[in-house]
Amino acid sequence: MSGPDFDLAIVGAGPAGMSAAIRARALGLSVLVVDEQPAPGGQIYRAIERMSDARRLAIFGADHDIGLALVERFRAAGATYWPSTQVWQAEPGWTLFATRDRTTIIAKARHVLIAVGAMERPLPFRGWTLPGVMTVGAAQILLKEGGLLPRGPVVIAGQGPLVLLFAAQLLKLGVKPDAVLLTTARGALMRGATHGLGALRNWPYLVKGAALMAAVRAAPMPMLRGVTDLTSIGGERLQTVEYTLNGVKRSRPASTLLVHDGVVPHAHMSLALGAAHSWDDAQQCYRPTTDDFGRTSIASLSVAGDAGGIGGAALAALAGECAALGVAADLDRVETRALAAAISDLTRQARRHRHVRPFLDAVYRPHAGTHLPDDVVVCRCEERTAGDIRAGVAAGCLGPAQVKSFTRAGMGPCQGRQCTLTIAHVIAEARGVPVATLDAPRIRPPLKPVTLGELAALATKAQVS
Amino acid sequence: MIDGAPVTVHDGDTVAAALLLADIGWTRRSPVSGAPRAPYCMMGVCFECLVTIDGIASEQACLRHVREGMRIERPRQVPGLRA
Repeated sequence: MSGPDFDLAIVGAGPAGMSAAIRARALGLSVLVVDEQPAPGGQIYRAIERMSDARRLAIFGADHDIGLALVERFRAAGATYWPSTQVWQAEPGWTLFATRDRTTIIAKARHVLIAVGAMERPLPFRGWTLPGVMTVGAAQILLKEGGLLPRGPVVIAGQGPLVLLFAAQLLKLGVKPDAVLLTTARGALMRGATHGLGALRNWPYLVKGAALMAAVRAAPMPMLRGVTDLTSIGGERLQTVEYTLNGVKRSRPASTLLVHDGVVPHAHMSLALGAAHSWDDAQQCYRPTTDDFGRTSIASLSVAGDAGGIGGAALAALAGECAALGVAADLDRVETRALAAAISDLTRQARRHRHVRPFLDAVYRPHAGTHLPDDVVVCRCEERTAGDIRAGVAAGCLGPAQVKSFTRAGMGPCQGRQCTLTIAHVIAEARGVPVATLDAPRIRPPLKPVTLGELAALATKAQVS
Repeated sequence: MIDGAPVTVHDGDTVAAALLLADIGWTRRSPVSGAPRAPYCMMGVCFECLVTIDGIASEQACLRHVREGMRIERPRQVPGLRA
C-alpha cells in the first residue's frame, strides 16, 4: 500500500509551508504539500486568488501583493500539491495517511515538515458555546471566503492585533460594529513600553498598528477599554452580551459576538507525534522545542512558522525557508558554503520582524484561563467546567492527562484543541504551581476523525499488495 | 438540502458558511446536555460544526464545500443515550 515517495512532505500551505516548498524545490528536492484548504495561502491569505482586486485591496491592504506573489510562486514551484486533504496519521519513516473525499491516500517521505500555523487562543467565558458567538478569526474567514458579513447587532470583544484589524476591515466594507469591548487591562501599553524601543526597530509594523487604531477610533461606535466578566445570554441563540466596566454591570443586545485573545501555535500534530514541547511563558502556550532549522526532538520531523511559535506571516515564510535548507542539509543536497550564505541572509531578514513581538506579547498578555468562575465551561465538547477540573485536582490529578482520564475534559472530538491551554492554567492555578511544571498534554491518534469504512478499505488494499 | 429543506448558496461556500447563511440558529445539539451549538472557529480546530453530510456522520462542515444536491443533516442526539 505504498504511495508516491518524496524527499519532503509539508503539512500546511500557508506562508511557512509555501516558502518551504519553494526553497526545497529550488534545492532540487521532491516535495509534497498536503493542506486542508482547497487553495493555498493558509488562513492569512485564505481565498486570495479568488477575490476581485478591489476586495483583495480592501481586506489585505498593502499586504495583498505579498500574499498573491507568494501563492503564485508556490503554484509554479513544481511541488506535488494535495489540497482539501487532511492528514490523520503520520508514522516515522515517514508514511502519511491522509483523507480526501472520505478516501485515504498514502504518501512516503524522508522528512516531514509541520507548517500548520496558528489557531486562536481559546477564550472561555459564560455562554461562549451559544450559537451567535464565534471567534473574530472565524468571522474574518467568512469575509475572505465569500463576503459573508456578521449578522447585526455585532459586538467584538477581546484583545490583540486581529481585533483592530478586523474592525477596520469591516468599517472599510461599510459595516459598523455596534461595539468593541477591549479586555486589555489598563496600563498594558505601559507594560509594553519597556519593549517599545526594540519594537521601534520594526517601525513600519507599529505605524500600521497605529493607523488601524486611528481608523477604528474615528468610527462612530463605542470602543470600551478594561472590560471584564464577559457573558453571553440567550436560549437557543445569542440575544444579549453582558460585561462589567469600571465596576458597573452593563449589557447590550447582540446577534453576533466575536471574541479574540490572540493566537497560539496549533501544536496538535507536533504533540501527537511525540516531539518535545516546552511552555512559553511570554506567549502562554506550548511550543515544540526546535533548533534554528526547525528540527524537533524527533528524527526527520521539523516545524516551521506559527506552528512552532507565534511570529506572524513574514517570519513564518523565512522559517519555512530555513527548515527547507535544514532538510536539504540532512539529505546532503546543499553545499556547506551555500547553506551558510542562505542562513545568514535569512537570519538578517528575520531579525527586523522579531523585534516587535516582545512588545505585543507584553501589551496583549492573555488572561484566558486564569481566575475562571467554577461554572464556566472549559471543555466545550464534553461540557466540563473549571469547577469539574478543580474537583479533579482535589482528587489528586496533577496534569492534563490525568484530568482527561478523571473528568473527560479534553476527550471530545476536538481532542483538546479548544481546552488544553485553559485546563493547564486551571490545574496550575489550583495546585499553586507554574504551568511550566506540568507534564505537556498527550494527544492520541488519529489526528482527525476517520471512518471505519476508510480503515477497512486500507486493510483490503494492504492484503492485495 | 439542510434537514430536507432546499437552500441556495454560492458556489465555493463551505458547508458551515451555508449553514450560517441559512440562519437556522443551532447546527448541532451537544451530545452531553443537548445544548445548541453552531460553527465557532471556521478553520477546523473546534469541531463545533460537526454535521451529517450525505449520510456520513461527524463531518467538519467548515472543511467541506457545498455541491449540488448535497444532503446535510443537523445531529440531534438525545442526552442520556451515551454509554
